[in-house]
Amino acid sequence: MTTTASSRLRQPRGPIVNNLTTGQLPKLVELYLVAASLLVVAAIMAFMSAFTVGGWLFLSVVLYLVSLGVLSSVAENRRRAVDRLVRSLVAIAFLLALAPLVSTLATVTIKGIGQLNWGFISTTGGAVFNPDTLAVTVSSGALQAIVGTLEITGIAALMSVPIGILTAVYLVEYAEPSNWLARAVTFLIDVMTGIPSIVAGLFAFSLFSLLIGPKAFSGFSASVALSVLMIPIVVRSCEEMLRLVPSDLREASFALGVSRFSTITKIVLPTAIAGIITGVMLAIARVIGETAPIFIAASFTDNFNANPFNGPMQTLPVLAYTGYKFPSQDIAASNSSAWGAALLLVILVIILNIIARIVARVFAPKGAR
Amino acid sequence: MTTRSTNTVPPARALQVSSGRVGDRVFLGLSTASAVSIMVILAGVALFLIVKAAPSIVANWQTNGDLNTGPTGGFASFWAYVLPLLWGTLWASFIALLLGAPVALGIALFTSHYAPRRLAGILGYLVDLLAAVPSIVFGLWGIIVIRPFLLPLTDFLNSNLGWIPIFGGQPSSTGSTILAGGVVLAVMILPIISSISREIFLQTPRLHEEAALALGATRWEMIKLAVLPYARSGIVSATLLGLGRALGETMAIALIISPSILFSTHILTEGENSQTIAANIALNFPISTGLQRSALIGTGLMLFVVSLAVNIIARTIVARTGPGAISRPRRSRGVAVSPASPSIEATEAIDITKKLGKGIS
Repeated sequence: MTTTASSRLRQPRGPIVNNLTTGQLPKLVELYLVAASLLVVAAIMAFMSAFTVGGWLFLSVVLYLVSLGVLSSVAENRRRAVDRLVRSLVAIAFLLALAPLVSTLATVTIKGIGQLNWGFISTTGGAVFNPDTLAVTVSSGALQAIVGTLEITGIAALMSVPIGILTAVYLVEYAEPSNWLARAVTFLIDVMTGIPSIVAGLFAFSLFSLLIGPKAFSGFSASVALSVLMIPIVVRSCEEMLRLVPSDLREASFALGVSRFSTITKIVLPTAIAGIITGVMLAIARVIGETAPIFIAASFTDNFNANPFNGPMQTLPVLAYTGYKFPSQDIAASNSSAWGAALLLVILVIILNIIARIVARVFAPKGAR
Repeated sequence: MTTRSTNTVPPARALQVSSGRVGDRVFLGLSTASAVSIMVILAGVALFLIVKAAPSIVANWQTNGDLNTGPTGGFASFWAYVLPLLWGTLWASFIALLLGAPVALGIALFTSHYAPRRLAGILGYLVDLLAAVPSIVFGLWGIIVIRPFLLPLTDFLNSNLGWIPIFGGQPSSTGSTILAGGVVLAVMILPIISSISREIFLQTPRLHEEAALALGATRWEMIKLAVLPYARSGIVSATLLGLGRALGETMAIALIISPSILFSTHILTEGENSQTIAANIALNFPISTGLQRSALIGTGLMLFVVSLAVNIIARTIVARTGPGAISRPRRSRGVAVSPASPSIEATEAIDITKKLGKGIS
């Protein structure tokens, strides 16, 4: 009797049921549902002939979330359903962030690429008024803006990099953590990162208009404004890099009787140099695209001005801004100049970012690669 | 963000060691002077703004020949001019925060707890790339992409939900609404909020997470039980720092919305967009003269005060309640330098003896 029963149990009829996977949706259910939702919504919208890309994506997402929730709470349970919903929401949030990145870069490339040629880079452009015919002709060219951007950012970097690195050295190497000055400076740097960029521009304008008089616009003034924005970024990244230098190295150096000055310049800074250069590059990339402070402090001009201490200077971001907001009579030409300048700016930023990555890789301490 | 871990304690008693050598003293002097210069610069920012703004704040706006014309014309006093602007600034930033903060937190969760380990670094870097795009490019992008993109939504909201005050009014036909400005602002504050909160999410004690999972929690329940409570104050301060960024953002608003200086909560109209301080300065600075400029600088001073307050509150929350190491959010991420492992230190120690040899000789 028992033997027949057990032998009957060993040969189950029908499919084998695995208790661990019962009540689970198939592995790629999310993917299937996404595809199904996109198709269904597209079909319905096409049927009602009211197709818009935004509406299609939005409704598909809604349909997907609803169907996933219903399906999962029926086949699985409520907790699993919530888990799946959150997972999808989080992934959607990430895609939502990627969409503007891709869209921005694509837009600026498509709009700007037509402008970008050797002539645009190597000639001074802008509106030229012909007194005989009373016509204003706009020639495309960004040389004045390229020179201005490089000079203003370069001077800003020259001012803020030494201050930034020395402050970081003070905070990490000299000051004790309980020192009031170190604590105050740390706090103020945190605060300084939050200064609105336009306020930095107003500060530089106020400073120079009090020093020089009403004709205070100059490239140097814009450099001062950018320095205010750049110093805290440089200090932050340098401080972080200096703190990553193991204190064993310093102690080994002190134990050999080396002075603190030599320890810092020969041991600590060379060890951290890759990170510091990377930080500086990223700081430059950050301020090179600032529009508002340069616009306030250096104003804008169509003339070629390579002297940063006298008169308004044109820069790429400001060229892009004025091309749209204060266009000349030939609005289309001004606008396309703006896009050309914007694309050049993006290219500059990308180059700086790539250099930063390469530096980080090449100069990284041995073994950390 | 292990900058304060034990292997990198800043050496104490620095001053005693350095005494006596000229190079040391000069270097100490220089670096201290740089640190002090930070304080001087910040004080200078406040001082020069106050000096330049004061004449317009105390002036009589109705009788002054400069102030009752042009961009500042028609306002009874400085405060009548600046308060609507301040409202516009807060309103636009609020919209940006409302749209941006949840998405940013979702991104932070995705990169810290959902994405496959190997991809997480790259995906996080992609989001941080948003911070590298110049604001002017976002502004131009907003004009030609976001404005037309939002038009159908504008019409839909206005015709179906127009009875809700913020959706009311005459809907814009060009799309230069404060909603479009807010959307672009939201995109711009995504990277700062998401990178700070990602750092905090990653600092959740591993044991808390594993304990929750061991009790049978799903991934989301684990996050609710272990990650979010741990990161609460960090989330608040990350959001406030994002708010600080949105308050000062100029170009997106200046390029996208067609503004007017008034108190308005309508987000879909063209003529009733509350202007923000920063955009107002950027639009009117070139065309204003004398005391009008002083008035604009005065509004900038107000913006400075507000964003300073927001930043100080955010930092204080972090310092008081947050986990120790999060007070150093980075605006843009540098190289991911992992804390030196013992083996790296060993190779470096050998390296260092060589360097020392050179240094001493």
